[in-house]
Amino acid sequence: MTLTNNPPAAKPTLTQRGSSALGDRVFSWWTLGTGLLVLAILGLILITTVREAWPAFDAMGLRFITERVWDPNPATGDAIFGALSFAYGTAVSSLIALLFAVPVSVGIALFLTELAPRRLRGPAVTVIDLLAAVPSVVFGLWGILVVAPALVPIYQWMHDVFGGIPLLGRLFGPVGSGRNFMTAGLILAIMVTPIITSITREVFSTVPRADKDAALALGATRWEMIRGAVFPHSFGGVVGAVMLGLGRAMGETIAVALVIGGATNITANLFAPGNSMAAVIVQQFGESTGTFTAALIGLGVVLFAMTVLINVLAQVVVRRAEARMKGSLA
Amino acid sequence: MTLTAPPAARPAAGGPDLTRAALSGRRRFTNHLATSAIWFAVLLAVIPLALVTYTVIAKGGGVMSLSFLNEDIPNSYRREGGGMGPAIVGTLLITGMAALMAIPLGVFGAIYLNEYGKQRPLARVIRLMSDVMTGVPSIVMGLFIYISWVLLVGEQTGFAGALALACLMLPVVIRSSEEMLRLVPDELRQASMALGARKWKTTLTVVLPAAISGITSGSLLAVARAAGETAPIIIVTGIVFSPNWNLFDGSNTALPAQIFRNASQPFEAAQDRAWGAALTLIVIVLGFTIIARFISSRFAIKER
Repeated sequence: MTLTNNPPAAKPTLTQRGSSALGDRVFSWWTLGTGLLVLAILGLILITTVREAWPAFDAMGLRFITERVWDPNPATGDAIFGALSFAYGTAVSSLIALLFAVPVSVGIALFLTELAPRRLRGPAVTVIDLLAAVPSVVFGLWGILVVAPALVPIYQWMHDVFGGIPLLGRLFGPVGSGRNFMTAGLILAIMVTPIITSITREVFSTVPRADKDAALALGATRWEMIRGAVFPHSFGGVVGAVMLGLGRAMGETIAVALVIGGATNITANLFAPGNSMAAVIVQQFGESTGTFTAALIGLGVVLFAMTVLINVLAQVVVRRAEARMKGSLA
Repeated sequence: MTLTAPPAARPAAGGPDLTRAALSGRRRFTNHLATSAIWFAVLLAVIPLALVTYTVIAKGGGVMSLSFLNEDIPNSYRREGGGMGPAIVGTLLITGMAALMAIPLGVFGAIYLNEYGKQRPLARVIRLMSDVMTGVPSIVMGLFIYISWVLLVGEQTGFAGALALACLMLPVVIRSSEEMLRLVPDELRQASMALGARKWKTTLTVVLPAAISGITSGSLLAVARAAGETAPIIIVTGIVFSPNWNLFDGSNTALPAQIFRNASQPFEAAQDRAWGAALTLIVIVLGFTIIARFISSRFAIKER
């Protein structure tokens, strides 16, 4: 226990009076205020965005999320704001990203905790740190000018080979410009890899030494040790890490806006252009007015709600897993 | 080296054959496969990093010059030449202002969490919510500042951009500073208290200085991340073609926003400027990152 819990009440000469005690109170209230700022900002985000988006919610009702048509300036009749196509784009690109990023991240985390020779560990961590440091807009620039054109022949080849297969072939439909769901997913995969890796690595490193040694002592190969001791122990934490990655992927705006193609589109074809919620906001915000602006802010509200939900769940999962592991260490 | 042998200090096997030769082919194969897959995963992370770095340096280096860093941005994407001067000014001013707001507030928030709140329910909620806040998409933060500041003052300004970046930095600064404060040994606090110092004085003159290197490096990393944020800048700061040194009056621009606008143009001149801006931005961001890592490795409190 710290000494603060034992006020020297018995020796009044040691207590200070007046301004100094006031200083303590002011200081603690001030720090509490800055701490509460976080809660205030989150609350304000919710209130202000919902209020500002209300005209669009009011006009569209539930159709705002079930309608696939997004037509801000129709030739006749009222504007239609349906977010479904963009929600689909967000979901598909994020899922592709996780499909690639999760195995790679778990692999790198295993490399760092179980496999890497000491002198390779530092450089490998640096690679991950640098990947995290590259601004997303630079990945977007690279994606639109280098990756998308370079992938067209590969997409074409995949379309030629797998396109004929019934059902599965529909994923590999006709190829356009190279700016599509698939490219967006791949770029996102690069961007979420560092976050998933760093959390997964922390979780793996809490696996008790004794568990791993026990597995090895029983004659397990390194892989059997990983499967039998590391994975079961860290499953919860890895799930949390993946969810955090998902939250990141869903909220990523700029890189996706550059490489997803910019079409209002729901299709199984991964090689077709689409759009995501975050990307639509940044692409169309400058030219919007009135209800159109409200609808874009409405997309932001949906995005905010979804990412906060996913993040809260992920944090709870990670915390619970960490607490359990600390318990087993003792 | 056998794959099965755990680290040293293993008594040599006497009776049964415990070497790799005793493993069944299938088990040995699976182990090899898994090991190769793990190495392959590392390779997969290195490739994009190498490719991005190479392309940015190759293409950005081609347009880089003193005049590129100085000159105004052409007001037509089609036009050749020109530079990114206004965007560099904007990035430095906006990020700097954001840091001035977010870092002190964040550090005080961290002081609350580590010195006062500890494991109280309120502190746990704030901790959880700061972690959640780091996951709030930057575009949403841009919309928030647009509604609560730009609509209020009636124009897009550099300061609005700084506000948005500050909101994005705040939770990162809080959580990294708290980690650093936690590393400060309790004996230091007790010694200061025993000498009769008040808690606020102890915190400001003993605890904070002890953790300052870690806090600085964590904050610099947050600044580096913020400097690369694009979406909020596009929404709340507008655009200018010549430098605007006043954050509170008139639109501004920043490097990430310029990269975004130029990247989607079909004109070679615009794309060249985008690459040049990308190189400049990466140099700035990496500069912050390297300084941060240097400080943390040079002056860090050793974890006990």
